Amino acid sequence: MTDLRKTAAELADDLASGATTSVELTQAALDRIAEVDGAIHAFLHVDAEGALEAARASDERRAAGRTASTLDGVPIAVKDVLATKGLPTTCGSKILEGWVPPYDATVVAKVRAAGLPILGKTNMDEFAMGSSTEHSAYGTTHNPWDLTRIPGGSGGGSAAAVASFEAPIALGTDTGGSIRQPGAVTGTVGVKPTYGGVSRYGLVALANSLDQVGPVTRTVLDSALLHEVIGGHDPKDSTSIDQPLPALVEAVRQGASGDLAGLRIGVVTELGGEGYQAGVLARFHESVELLTKAGAEVVEVSCPHFVHALATYYLILPAEASSNLARFDAMRYGLRVLPEGLDAPSAEDVMRATRDAGFGDEVKRRIILGTYALSSGYYDAYYGQAQKVRTLISQDFASAFEQADVLVSPTAPTTAFPIGDKVDDPMAMYLNDLATIPANLAGVPGISVPSGLADEDGLPAGFQILAPALADDRVYRVGAALEALLLEQWGAPLLDKAPALDGASR
Amino acid sequence: MTTTADNRETLVPFDEVLERYDPALGLEVHVELNTATKMFCGCPAAFGGEPNTHVCPTCLGLPGSMPAVNRKAVESAIRIGLALNCEIAEWCRFARKNYFYPDMPKNFQTSQYDEPIAYEGFMDVTLSDEGGDGETFRVEIERAHMEEDTGKSTHVGGLTGRIHGADYSLVDYNRAGIPLIEIVTKPIVGAGEKAPAVARAYVSQLRDLIVALGVSEARMDQGNLRADVNLSLAPKGSGVLGTRTETKNVNSFRSVERAVRYEMQRHAGVLDGGDSILQETRHWHEDTGITTSGREKSDAEDYRYFPEPDLVPIAPSREWVEELRGTLPENPTEKRARLQSDWGFTDLEMRDTVGAGALRLVEETVAAGAAPQSARKWWLGELARRANDAGLEIADLGVTPADVARVQALVDEGAINDKLARQVFDGLYAGEGTPDEIVAARGLAVVSDEGALSAAVDAAIAANPDVADKIREGKVAAAGALIGAVMKEMKGQADAARVRELILEKLG
Repeated sequence: MTDLRKTAAELADDLASGATTSVELTQAALDRIAEVDGAIHAFLHVDAEGALEAARASDERRAAGRTASTLDGVPIAVKDVLATKGLPTTCGSKILEGWVPPYDATVVAKVRAAGLPILGKTNMDEFAMGSSTEHSAYGTTHNPWDLTRIPGGSGGGSAAAVASFEAPIALGTDTGGSIRQPGAVTGTVGVKPTYGGVSRYGLVALANSLDQVGPVTRTVLDSALLHEVIGGHDPKDSTSIDQPLPALVEAVRQGASGDLAGLRIGVVTELGGEGYQAGVLARFHESVELLTKAGAEVVEVSCPHFVHALATYYLILPAEASSNLARFDAMRYGLRVLPEGLDAPSAEDVMRATRDAGFGDEVKRRIILGTYALSSGYYDAYYGQAQKVRTLISQDFASAFEQADVLVSPTAPTTAFPIGDKVDDPMAMYLNDLATIPANLAGVPGISVPSGLADEDGLPAGFQILAPALADDRVYRVGAALEALLLEQWGAPLLDKAPALDGASR
Repeated sequence: MTTTADNRETLVPFDEVLERYDPALGLEVHVELNTATKMFCGCPAAFGGEPNTHVCPTCLGLPGSMPAVNRKAVESAIRIGLALNCEIAEWCRFARKNYFYPDMPKNFQTSQYDEPIAYEGFMDVTLSDEGGDGETFRVEIERAHMEEDTGKSTHVGGLTGRIHGADYSLVDYNRAGIPLIEIVTKPIVGAGEKAPAVARAYVSQLRDLIVALGVSEARMDQGNLRADVNLSLAPKGSGVLGTRTETKNVNSFRSVERAVRYEMQRHAGVLDGGDSILQETRHWHEDTGITTSGREKSDAEDYRYFPEPDLVPIAPSREWVEELRGTLPENPTEKRARLQSDWGFTDLEMRDTVGAGALRLVEETVAAGAAPQSARKWWLGELARRANDAGLEIADLGVTPADVARVQALVDEGAINDKLARQVFDGLYAGEGTPDEIVAARGLAVVSDEGALSAAVDAAIAANPDVADKIREGKVAAAGALIGAVMKEMKGQADAARVRELILEKLG
């Protein structure tokens, strides 16, 4: 009997005990996708055949007395920004429609080698630009808590797939909060590892100096298990760190014991207050209170340059993105549009027509911003200046981590907002990532753990924990402690409060 | 797109250019390294191959792919920098040079911008006697930096072979990502009328250095070594720099010299006419010896350089740099002095050898067993003449130092004479085999049959009674005319010294 509401860790135990098989489990997930994804639209591509083949291989391996990893046989969903050999990879963009990569991203190769069947590719804002998935060229993903609301973004597809029990776990990517913010608004867990902790090879870059691949799960333990599969040094990614990962699963077990004696928790003054929804702040303060009761010491810390994080981010990201996206020129792969009214279009004409038709408005907006920020005469004032502020933000982190072992804040300022609310107001959309962006600018790890439901709307809020670079184990330890304390209080996982999805009745 | 009526360019005579203007030169030389793999991926960097077979996600710029730096390429860059007397950066980064071009997979080139691996060096070049007066000229090096090559486009159809007007274009990405070192000089001023010779000598001696370092095949005809020639003129004595043009991909040492000379004459024509030089890229036409306008390269062209975020900085340790310094070939100046002394060349002979780009060839010919003067005689005489007639570099004639040494050995053995040796070279150009095979196949051996020689001498004496009388009267110098007649009769295959002896014996 396969219960998809079980965590990945529990499913792994069931596989180990023979209570279920990978084929059963994978088929159940595929059935669930068939049942509810009409309403959710978390997936852009489902690979039933490939997933079942991998599941059969996993079962055969186990029957022969071998396993490839703890999670061998547990199915997974993959954000469509990661290259998958033989599986379409669109990044949510028309310009990559029909592109099937000839190679696997390193994390995808690791997931396959660990025996996890890949269910399919999940929806996202085009090239990961957005906080709602409304900027996907293939339609919006819906929040399982309220189908009229956004699931967060850019990785709304992965978060919604996990929150609606279509997949036990998923891979996401986080450039300014694209794992953590969807986690917060869907009541799931998401981790952005230390920059360089997980290979970016095969991650279609949004902003190379900010991007990081990470786990999207329902529990902190599941994130740690997946993180240990995908993490570690990769010679194909020069920016990946050449040293062993900290013991993450061990940190979760430690944290879950509930003892945080001696731990210093820093509440960041600049990440709270004005602009934050009351119900989100209420759940945040309660969570801090719980951690205090578990023995942690709370200190207030100030990171004065965080107020410039958003502006800094929106110069660095578009600059890198404008260059990364230049390769989509209709010459080698993806969309090719012939301009109308031209008998013998030149290469430039075809490039122009293709990029005009293939990129959405938000992508074009950021290409224009980035091109401008890098232009001669503006570089120093914009890109150059942004890099200096980025250094100041890192220094803020460094001094804050002298006063506290971890820093905490609400993950996102609000709960899930209605679809369509902010899609025409870029600034309002950008503000969703106010609390998550500083970690990307400084390269430090962060986790979002569900902190409860906001009183105003009954929708999930997230609690963010940040640690110094390379100390990913700390976010797992504190995240697991909070998760355990809240579960004790609630008596059941938060997602049990989400409405049942009655199939394609939307 | 600017079009220029190239056939109506006014060229000012070279001497007049120098009366009114000072030239400033700048040379950018791209050296394709001979590493086993590409700059940022593991694909083979070998020349050629079926199109698009030496490719992977990284050098094709596929979405998600990432670069990783080739350590061997960094090592070659450092060695080149050290050989050019440069400082080696303790810390430097790659940068993206952003522009759109169909043969560039990412639409940016991963290069270096304001943090080159090597900077502030120099090279002392020796001018040939013909172009200068044998002096040494110091060329200051601004920088040497690492970058990746682009793919190679072939434009099919149309008249010009360029992208505009072509029916379609094919792109081969085998070349994309091959490591390049770009070596940029500071503006070279003060060369005056020697500017074309300085340009040629610099590129030629830079090539010798690259070959000696063993970091590139450095063949200009295969594009391993590509020179862009920047030139500007300023009013004589003004001390300023004028507007420059950049002539791209000049493919031989001789063309470098010609392109500088041509651009000096053309610039002067434009400036004399009261017009301004357009800052632009120009194309060199080997056949007609002129340049034509390429794309306009105004200051508006903005590459939006920024540090490559996918690569970590390069920080070569001082220990490594010193270790590499120890692997450098002999300093060219010291080496020249040593060879001159070993060979017993006069200053003039040595300068001509260097200036003709024949130093390495003579050195290898001597190493293959020829006497230094014999080696010099062939390379700077017969072979230089033939190269000049064919419009080739002597190194590209298809005659190797080993061939020359063997030809000289055959002469020394008395098997052939100098005249027959020239026919052996004919055979070598025609690809008829080794010198020995050519001698055999063409029947070039010197005739030593005394009977045949004696008969030919008798016939020559009988045919030239006046000359014979003069010799009998003691005017031995007149024997030359009879020797010539005998050699003609024998089709050159006679030992001239023996013919002379026979004539004097018979008329003595």
